[in-house]
Amino acid sequence: MSAEQILQYIFAGITVGSIYAFVAIGYNIIYNATGIINFAQGEFVMLGGMIAYTFSQYMPLLPAIILAVIITSAIGGLIESVFIRRMKKNSVLGMIVVTIGISILLREASLYVWDEQIRALRFFTGSEISSVNIFGARISPQVLWVLGVTIVLVIVMFLFFKFTLTGQAMRACSENSRAAKLCGIRTDSMVNLSFMLSAGIGALGGCVVSPLTQTHYAMGTDLAIKGFIVAILGGLGNATAAVAAGILLGLIESFSISILPMAYKDVVSIVILLVILLVKPSGIFGSVQASSMKDY
Amino acid sequence: MKRYSPLLILAGTVIVIQLLTLITGKAFLLTQLTMSAYYVLVAAGLCMVMGYAGQISLGQAGFFAIGGYTTAFLTTIDFSGKTATAVYKILDSMGLLISKENLYGDTVIHISPWISLLAAVIIAAGTAYFLGVPVLRLKGHYLAMATMGFGIIIYRIVLGTPFLGEADGITNVPEFIIFPGVNVSGDFTSRVGNYYIAWLLVIVGMFLLLNLINSRVGRALRSLHGSEDAADSMGVDTARYKVNVFVIGAVFAAVAGFFMTHYNGGIGPSEAGVAKSVRYVAIVAVGGMANLWGSLVMGLVLNFLSLRGVFGHFDDAVFGVILVLMMMFMPEGFIRKSVFNDLKTVILRLLKKEPEKFKQGAEIND
Repeated sequence: MSAEQILQYIFAGITVGSIYAFVAIGYNIIYNATGIINFAQGEFVMLGGMIAYTFSQYMPLLPAIILAVIITSAIGGLIESVFIRRMKKNSVLGMIVVTIGISILLREASLYVWDEQIRALRFFTGSEISSVNIFGARISPQVLWVLGVTIVLVIVMFLFFKFTLTGQAMRACSENSRAAKLCGIRTDSMVNLSFMLSAGIGALGGCVVSPLTQTHYAMGTDLAIKGFIVAILGGLGNATAAVAAGILLGLIESFSISILPMAYKDVVSIVILLVILLVKPSGIFGSVQASSMKDY
Repeated sequence: MKRYSPLLILAGTVIVIQLLTLITGKAFLLTQLTMSAYYVLVAAGLCMVMGYAGQISLGQAGFFAIGGYTTAFLTTIDFSGKTATAVYKILDSMGLLISKENLYGDTVIHISPWISLLAAVIIAAGTAYFLGVPVLRLKGHYLAMATMGFGIIIYRIVLGTPFLGEADGITNVPEFIIFPGVNVSGDFTSRVGNYYIAWLLVIVGMFLLLNLINSRVGRALRSLHGSEDAADSMGVDTARYKVNVFVIGAVFAAVAGFFMTHYNGGIGPSEAGVAKSVRYVAIVAVGGMANLWGSLVMGLVLNFLSLRGVFGHFDDAVFGVILVLMMMFMPEGFIRKSVFNDLKTVILRLLKKEPEKFKQGAEIND
C-alpha cells in the first residue's frame, strides 16, 4: 500500500467514523438523562438527511438543513412525550422493545413518504467530482465539512454541558435524578430536552454525510448498531470519547475492506463489539469504577 | 394430567381446522398454516428465553437461518460425480445417501436430511452455547445489542458467502422423507400431510416445554426472571440455567428452520434478517411474555395473517405498532387470565348480572 493510499483509507475511515460518532453522541445524551438506549437513534440520522433533501429542492442548503434539524428535534421530543413518558412499567426490557417498535414505525413511515429510492443531499461546496489534494491523497471537500462539523459539535456540546444552566441541569439529572428534582430541576423536561437534542444532533449528522454516503429509508438499523459499538468503545455516557471511538471504528472498518471482502465489513465491527462487551464492558476509554455504578 | 389437556385441545383444533378447510374447499390455506406452525416453534423457544428466563434475544432469526442453511447446503451437494471419493464411500456404506432422478433424468445423489438435521441441531446448539456463555453475562441493553449483533453477523455471512448463494439463497433443496410415504416438501399432494407434520412438531415441542416449565428447571428460571441476585443467593446456578435455556431456544429455531427449508424447497437471506428477529420478539411480547400458549396463539394468528398478505404494505409497520402499543398499555401481554376475567365482567355487566363476588377467590384456590 502506498502512502497516498493509506491516507485515502484514513480519510474514508474518519468520514464514516464521524457519522458513527454522531449516533453515539445521541445515545449518550439520552442514556445520561434516562438510562435508556434509544434503538431509534439511527432513524434520526436518516430523517435528517431525508427532510433536508426534500427542503433543499425548494430553498438553499443552509435553511433546509436548519429546518431538518428543527423538525427532527421536534419529532424526537414528540416521541418522548407520546411514548416514552407514558410507559406503564419502566423496565429495561420494555424500553428496548418500545424503542425498537418506534424505530420500525419511523422507518416504515419514511418508506411511505420518501419511497425506497436512495437520496443524496447536494455537496456543500463543489460537486461530486471536485477534490482537495492533501499530501497526495485526493479527498472530497465534503470530508472536510464532516470533520469541521464534528469538531464544532464536540466543542459546542462541551461548552453547553459545562457552562450553561440547562446543560448543568441535564448533567445533574444524569448524576441523580431524584436529587436533581429536589433541587428544583424539572427532570421531565430535561428528559424531553435530551430526546430533542439527540434527535437534532442525529439529524445534523445525517445532513452532513448525506452527500457522501447517501440516505436510504432503511439505513437506521446498521447505524444504530454501529453507533452503539462506538458508544460502548468510548464508555457509555462519555460524549467526547465517543468521537475518538467513532473515528477508531471507522478506521478499522476502512482498513478491513482492504483485506477482507466488502460484505464482511460489518462482521468485523460486530465482532469487535462482542469482544469489547466480554472483555471490558466499560469501554476502552471508560473507567471500570464508573461503569460498575451504572445500571444496564 | 390437567396440564396436558390444552395439548389435547390443540390437537383437536388442528384436526378441526383441517376438516374445515376440506369442507369449505379452502385447502390452500393449509400452506400458510403449515409455515405459521414452524414460526410458532421459533416463538415458543424464544418465549422460554424471554418470558421465563427474562433474557432478551434479538438474534433468533440467526438460529433459524443456521438450521435452514445447514440443511440447504448439505443436502444440495451432489455426490453423483464423486463416487470415487472417500467421503462418498463412507457415507454410502452407512446407507446415508439418497439417490434419485431430477427433472432432466439425471441421477442426483445427496446426503440424507437426517444427517443434516443432526448437523443443524449440533451447529445451532454449539453456536448458542459458545455465544451464550459469555454474552448472557450481560444484561439489558448490552444483551439486546450483543444478540442483535450476532443476528446481523449471520445475516451478513449468508448474504456475502458464495457457497451459501449470497442474495439468492439456496434453492432446489430436496424433500425430507421421514419414512416412506411421509415427506416434508412443498408438493401439492402432500399438503395435508405436511400440515399435520408441522403441527405434530409444535405439539411435541409444547409438550417438552410445558414439562420443562413445571419442573425444577422451570421454577429456577422463573426465580431468575424475578431477581437474578435473589435466585443466585438461593443456590440457583443462574449462569448455567440461562445458557441452557438459550440453547433450547436456539435448537427450537434451528429445527423450525430445517423443516421450513425442506418444506419451501429453499431458503433466502431474508429469513436471517433483524426484522424477522424483531418479529419473534413482538409475538412473544403480545403473547404475554411468560406465556407459552399466548406465544402459540399470537404466533399462529400474526404469522398466518402476515403470510396471507392481510397487512399488505404495512407488514413490518403492524409489528412495530404491536411492539409499541403492547409495551405501553399492556406490558403483561394480550393473552392472559385477567383479560378474560375483564371480558367476563364486562359481558356479565352487559347482561345486567352482577359478577359473582367470590369468583376471584375461587380461582386462586385452584
